[in-house]
Amino acid sequence: MMYDDTRKTDVETLITVRDARLHYRVGGALSAMVGGGGTVKAVDGVSFTLKRGESVGLLGESGCGKTSMGRLLVKLEEATAGELLFDGADIGALEGDDLRKFRTRAQLIFQNPFDSFNPRYTIRQSMVEPLTNARIAREEWEDRIIAALELVRLPEPQQYLDRYPHQLSGGQLQRVVMARALILQPDFVVADEPVSMLDVSVRAGVLNVFRDVRDRLGLTAIYISHDLALVRYVCERTIVMYLGRIMEDGPTEAIVRDPLHPYTQALVAAVPVPDPGQSHEPLPIGRGAPDPRNPPSGCVFRDRCPKAFDRCASEVPQVQQVDDRRLACHLFDPT
Amino acid sequence: MPDYVATAPARPGRFRRFFSGIRLPLNDPFAIAGLIIYAVFLLTAIFAYQIAPYDPTEILYSESYDLAADLRPGEEGHILGTTSLGRDIFSQIIYGTRSALLVGSTAAVMVALIGTVVGVTAGYFGGWVETVLMRLADIAFGIPFLPFVIVLAAFLEPSIWNVVIAMALVLWRDTARVIRSQVLTLRNRGYVEAARISGSSDFRIILRHVAPNVLPMSFLYGSIAIGWAILTEASISFLGFGDPQSISWGYMLQDAFASQALSRQAYYWFVPPGVAIILVVSAGFFISRGYENILFPKLNR
Amino acid sequence: MSTQDTLLSVTDLQVDYQVGASTVRAVDRATFDVPRGAIVGLVGESGCGKTTMASAITRIISDNATISGGQMVFDGTDLVSLSERQMNRLRWRDIAFIPQSAMNSLDPVYTVEYQLNEVLRGRGGLSRRAARVRSEELFEMVGIEPGRLKDFPHQFSGGMRQRVAIALALALDPKLIIADEPVTALDVIVQRQILDQLRSLQQMLGISVVMVTHDISVVAYTCDHTVVMYAGKVVESGRTADLLRTPVHPYTMGLKNAFPDLKGAEQGLLTPIEGAPPSLMNPPDGCRFASRCPFALEMCRSVDPALMAGQDGHAVACHRAAEAPALRAEAVKYETWQEDA
Repeated sequence: MMYDDTRKTDVETLITVRDARLHYRVGGALSAMVGGGGTVKAVDGVSFTLKRGESVGLLGESGCGKTSMGRLLVKLEEATAGELLFDGADIGALEGDDLRKFRTRAQLIFQNPFDSFNPRYTIRQSMVEPLTNARIAREEWEDRIIAALELVRLPEPQQYLDRYPHQLSGGQLQRVVMARALILQPDFVVADEPVSMLDVSVRAGVLNVFRDVRDRLGLTAIYISHDLALVRYVCERTIVMYLGRIMEDGPTEAIVRDPLHPYTQALVAAVPVPDPGQSHEPLPIGRGAPDPRNPPSGCVFRDRCPKAFDRCASEVPQVQQVDDRRLACHLFDPT
Repeated sequence: MPDYVATAPARPGRFRRFFSGIRLPLNDPFAIAGLIIYAVFLLTAIFAYQIAPYDPTEILYSESYDLAADLRPGEEGHILGTTSLGRDIFSQIIYGTRSALLVGSTAAVMVALIGTVVGVTAGYFGGWVETVLMRLADIAFGIPFLPFVIVLAAFLEPSIWNVVIAMALVLWRDTARVIRSQVLTLRNRGYVEAARISGSSDFRIILRHVAPNVLPMSFLYGSIAIGWAILTEASISFLGFGDPQSISWGYMLQDAFASQALSRQAYYWFVPPGVAIILVVSAGFFISRGYENILFPKLNR
Repeated sequence: MSTQDTLLSVTDLQVDYQVGASTVRAVDRATFDVPRGAIVGLVGESGCGKTTMASAITRIISDNATISGGQMVFDGTDLVSLSERQMNRLRWRDIAFIPQSAMNSLDPVYTVEYQLNEVLRGRGGLSRRAARVRSEELFEMVGIEPGRLKDFPHQFSGGMRQRVAIALALALDPKLIIADEPVTALDVIVQRQILDQLRSLQQMLGISVVMVTHDISVVAYTCDHTVVMYAGKVVESGRTADLLRTPVHPYTMGLKNAFPDLKGAEQGLLTPIEGAPPSLMNPPDGCRFASRCPFALEMCRSVDPALMAGQDGHAVACHRAAEAPALRAEAVKYETWQEDA
């Protein structure tokens, strides 16, 4: 499949995020009165840039905002504040024809392959939908669909066209999800935990396809996951999020070998490995679960951080460049 | 030549898919009985002119130029007898199916249509649209139906269409609410979001993914509405607010009441229309139960 | 193979499901031991029978399932031969079960204390005061402030609810706990904390745990012994260290390849095991893994290998067990696992 690069502009940066925020109101006035309700700050001041062709992992546990951030980038959610630029254009302001074009260039791969297809339609009918939206000529459909299925290494793709989603296995279905996302050769793909619902022996295959496809099409990709080992396999750069903010952002290998932020250190220590001789040391992190409705003042991680000091409660740490990465931690702030 | 016959969404294909959720409830023996009854009444309504021996409003005279009134069933060739005014009851029943089915089906279509459109719009778009529409539904819930129809009859000329209008204005509320909650669950399904990501417009998403899933529900509520409509029309006519020009079963009951059928032991004045109403309403009920079994098969066990 | 050190000895266990007109053998002649005071991992992909196996131990299986053969000797008694009433006496008191997504199985309309009391007083016959004392003790053990006894399940986070489920299981001081995917739905930090808690509890109380999971890393971290299941059969079992360092069954070798290792050197290509497990409605004649095994011989397709015990309790069901070192060397190569003609 030939990659059509007439749509690229010359600038190296594809995506710019500046102080993005996504806040939800939860519960009405009444529940607020009884102590429930409030604002969930899913994304609370995130800034980063993506260069063309970069593969970045968004890593964090539930409630950290990684999924919300991914959805903001493909305009499935509207940012409450902040700026999101795709190839120079403001994502928030897109509408009409511009929005349609954006949708052909930025795609999302969903987490649950079983829910990503309407069970009434065959695979072919589901794959046709993006083609009709992009006003592709009918004569091209069959070829494009077959090409997309071949791209994700489904052998003898014709056999899948007239099948229904329930007739495919999880691994096959997730590849079709990818094929549908890639059928219009987007520039940018957000993969939201694409293998978490698949059986372990199937994950490797799907991950390999993802890597292969990304390389072949020169995709810029964001890979959302809570599993550091998977992120390491797919992404050369990792952004660690906690309670809607960036904690650490740098080369994946460096982060895994030498995590600097206390939260990243706990994350790295927590991952079990298939080695029976691994360490069982207690984690350098306090108990408790992050609550996006009531984040601590100052640094959101401070109530669980083993190295917190008084400044952490009063001042929000800014993300700053420290050697090969960006960090939001007062420990590394010389001032 | 590539074989994409299945892909080509010619008009029939799209049509078929849209309505793919609707099937006749042929699973349940009661539902089948209901369908047969409906079919019989439908045929009767269509061929009323051929089947009925007389015009239902025609005042008849016997051979001896007397008013052919109060004839019992079987007398002088009148299968079900005549009214006190000399009209043939059998013909009246036959022609009564017309107004019944007309009212029933129109009301059902309006209720299902309005309810579905409101439910889908409110459920899918949310926000202030949903709030406004649901408030309207709440108002509709607050209105007591029968008194409303009566008041409407007072303002408009008495006609069978009053019932239809009243139903269209008020009874869509149940359908709307139920369909809205169905749409709310559908809206968050992965494939709806996937469609949005592929660039599908809201309209296309509704047509392709939402509607086929809610249409069975619309049909269910529509079939329930038929029985309601007929019953209501009968009530209105019975109370005397109906259209005196069209002979409906309710009118027949009103006539029977006014002519003191009971004290005269003229059962043949009210039993036939009563039975007809019961049959049609029950048939509607059984059909809707058949649909319920299709929609919610687990309710049985 | 029952010694004093063995708490539960499962021998040739068979569990059949009635699906329409046909019978599916979900567990086929499973054999393994659970030593006293050890954590045993039951590992395999979905559909391999591990959950059925785990539920069979407590004999809480669905209506259409039956234990059609084998024995489960628990502390001298064969569980298979017990009546339902006798078995019921063992439940919660000697054998406790933490079901999959236990955190969702807590009743939302009752406080946690109430649900603990159901077990402590209803089953255990403790007095109100004794139950209160025990509840607080249990919460301390699993790391929740005793003050939260009065809370409702929805007021706890997922990890906390899992701790509550563990507390429930420990309530009457059982000898054996069966935990079905106890940490699967949890975030990695919480997961680690729960696993640590389980290990320390297990060491402190001397209980045995059977942990069902699909995650080999979790098994490596937590379990002393491991039982690997595939398509209803036990294909390999033994000490976790032995299994992971020197796997003998090709499936175990393949599983290792499928897991990215965080601490190891930069990742080479992950090697998937192509294909899918055979349908249990019509199991193949020979070894069930043969269709996906890169080392399968003719014999493997026609003769089903028996589970043979080796040194140190390391048992394998594979015709080529003797060649394990050579096969291991091949198994780490990506090309070995590519589907050939």
